[in-house]
Amino acid sequence: MRIQIINGHAVDAANGLDRRADIFVADGRIVGVGKAPDGFAAEATIDAAGCVVCPGLVDLAARLREPGFEYKATLESEMAAAACGGVTSLACPPDTDPPLDEPGLVEMLKYRARQPGFAHVYPVGALTLGLAGARLTEMAELAEAGCMAFGQAGTVIVDTQVLLRAMQYAATFGFPVWLQAKDPWLGKDGVAHDGEVASRLGLTGIPVIAETVALGTLINLARQTGARLHVTRVSSAAAVDMIAAARAEGLAISCDVAVHHLHLCDRDIGYFNPHARLDPPLRSERDRDALRAGLANGTVDALCSDHTPVDDDGKQAPFAEAESGATALELLLPLTLKWAAEAKVPLAKALARITADPARILGIEAGTLGVGRPADICVFDPVAPVLMTRDRLKSQGKNTPFLGLELTGEVRYTLISGHLAWSAPL
Amino acid sequence: MNPQLNKNGELQHLLTIEGLPREIILSILDIAAPFTEVAEREVKKVPLLRGKSVFNLFFENSTRTRTTFEIAAKRLSADVINLNINTSSTAKGETLIDTVDNLAAMQADMFIVRHAASGAPYLIAQHLRATGADHIHVVNAGDGRHAHPTQGLLDMYTIRHYKKDFTGLTVAIVGDVLHSRVARSQIHALTTLGVPEVRVIAPKTLLPTEVERMGVRVFNDMREGLRGVDVVMMLRLQNERMNGALLASPQEYFKYYGLTPDKLEQAKPDAIVMHPGPMNRGVEIDSAVADGGQAVILPQVTFGIAVRMAVMSMLAGN
Repeated sequence: MRIQIINGHAVDAANGLDRRADIFVADGRIVGVGKAPDGFAAEATIDAAGCVVCPGLVDLAARLREPGFEYKATLESEMAAAACGGVTSLACPPDTDPPLDEPGLVEMLKYRARQPGFAHVYPVGALTLGLAGARLTEMAELAEAGCMAFGQAGTVIVDTQVLLRAMQYAATFGFPVWLQAKDPWLGKDGVAHDGEVASRLGLTGIPVIAETVALGTLINLARQTGARLHVTRVSSAAAVDMIAAARAEGLAISCDVAVHHLHLCDRDIGYFNPHARLDPPLRSERDRDALRAGLANGTVDALCSDHTPVDDDGKQAPFAEAESGATALELLLPLTLKWAAEAKVPLAKALARITADPARILGIEAGTLGVGRPADICVFDPVAPVLMTRDRLKSQGKNTPFLGLELTGEVRYTLISGHLAWSAPL
Repeated sequence: MNPQLNKNGELQHLLTIEGLPREIILSILDIAAPFTEVAEREVKKVPLLRGKSVFNLFFENSTRTRTTFEIAAKRLSADVINLNINTSSTAKGETLIDTVDNLAAMQADMFIVRHAASGAPYLIAQHLRATGADHIHVVNAGDGRHAHPTQGLLDMYTIRHYKKDFTGLTVAIVGDVLHSRVARSQIHALTTLGVPEVRVIAPKTLLPTEVERMGVRVFNDMREGLRGVDVVMMLRLQNERMNGALLASPQEYFKYYGLTPDKLEQAKPDAIVMHPGPMNRGVEIDSAVADGGQAVILPQVTFGIAVRMAVMSMLAGN
């Protein structure tokens, strides 16, 4: 199928694009930017007047809930959410049931996701069997099955000897290790940032040192093993500083932040709002501001949705008993635009944090509008208001702290490998 | 919006003392005063809640608090239904919301809720509002570490009874502030009523992070903290906290943080000693103090019933 996207404002920092440019697509790839290749005859035309045309979004953490949690979400529901949110590539954490710890599960997931209009799915394999933190998985086999990196999702390897061995083993094959910095003891049973709000509400706290103590261990082990460490869901100002220092020392460490943590802080728990129950916890305003600054200056490499669909029963519980997580695939773009507007970050740079930068971390050919690249493209109206309602959300998870709020930035069209995966109703 | 006030700014539910207007606190104390006399009559009843159904919803065991609410409701002539709902987080039974829906369908007028999770009464109040059943009033009888507002109010009643005015007092709260919903409610009540100096006294392991942001002065040394105070409010130390990573032993705790006649000498000579009960004699308080002339621990219990009657009658009238 040959498609031309005309009259749009193309934005792609990787190719220095920030101007009016038409995009031409054929056989699932971009074949021209700015001008059509010789003899190009479009079969379909997308009029992107007033819209931004950018690479399809690359999300470093989106839970599809398959296998095992189909009552919370299915591949079909979450792929619809991804397309509607302009997300064309996503990495899924291994915390499924069973966890992604054997090649058959990974192959099945990849196979099920290989459908026209579905985003490219990149599984993150479990670093240890059953995510139990005791025995290593067959990482090489899992990589052959399609795993791009290895991690523990929200769980922790308590035994540091196992952690050392896991990182050494991953480094043997050059596999990236994606880990969240989380001490298993400090903040045990905690449900909210250990600070004024948790103290007032009588919620068990998770202190910042629970992140920094664990991060210190991870950085030391990365230095020791030479493993490629990607720190997931950084949450505090102190952690951002530690990563900057490790980088300055020359260590190849990358990190990401979840989109909620750019906009919310512990005060947003309000009167025990279970939608603000997240992992890592929403921290102080000062921490939130440091994450915003870190993302702007590049200390934080990428912004992800940390999409976690939870059913209503999981959220209709007292704060400490509620399940953590928020649905976010469809909020990633509007919340990125909100950050860019508030922090005065140029659009091209802001979009790079959800396109080219995560693609680099994932090591995939995506996130740019270069000629010859896969035609994964997002066309959005940057000023259209979007009211976040349960009905609007395609995701089966309707749990978001932004429910009922009006954001800006509506995805009009999403192309995945040149296939029209989403077009907004006019 | 304060979820415990209705659109006229009146008390719809009693969930916490935090954010409660001073006038509402004072009017509860004023309403409670005549109720203390009801108990002295031959017929200990007034008809204010006749025909109303009060459900005691206790998701966490507490014979004492439940009994005081039961007595208060019965003295107001309400019908009282006691439900002890033991829930364990592992054994998944009916959800809290389902329980509430069922009881609402039984035409309840008031829920007295105790729950181990902070915020559970908020969830119930919000759910009642969302389902159009907010004619049912919710009274928080203790949620996790968060709040125990009727305890805080009865403590204020007691202080006012003995000290008349709040605005010249120095009050010390002593003990396990970290795990105490009582302490949180006391702090909010005292600061709202204009007590100029509220102190908390505890070892560092038993203090919440940034507790000073709640408007209190922190003391780790008990003698120093008690110097010149008008009111000493002791907190109960739960058994499970005594031996472990929070404290070394009950003996050492008693030596440094137990209220003895000797330490009490640091306070003003007319200082009163309060305790929410049940007491651990020889752990947080010496018997000589608990049974001494400065203790007002039993009057607290008596006032507690009057204050709970005041809360229930005020809610039923709004």
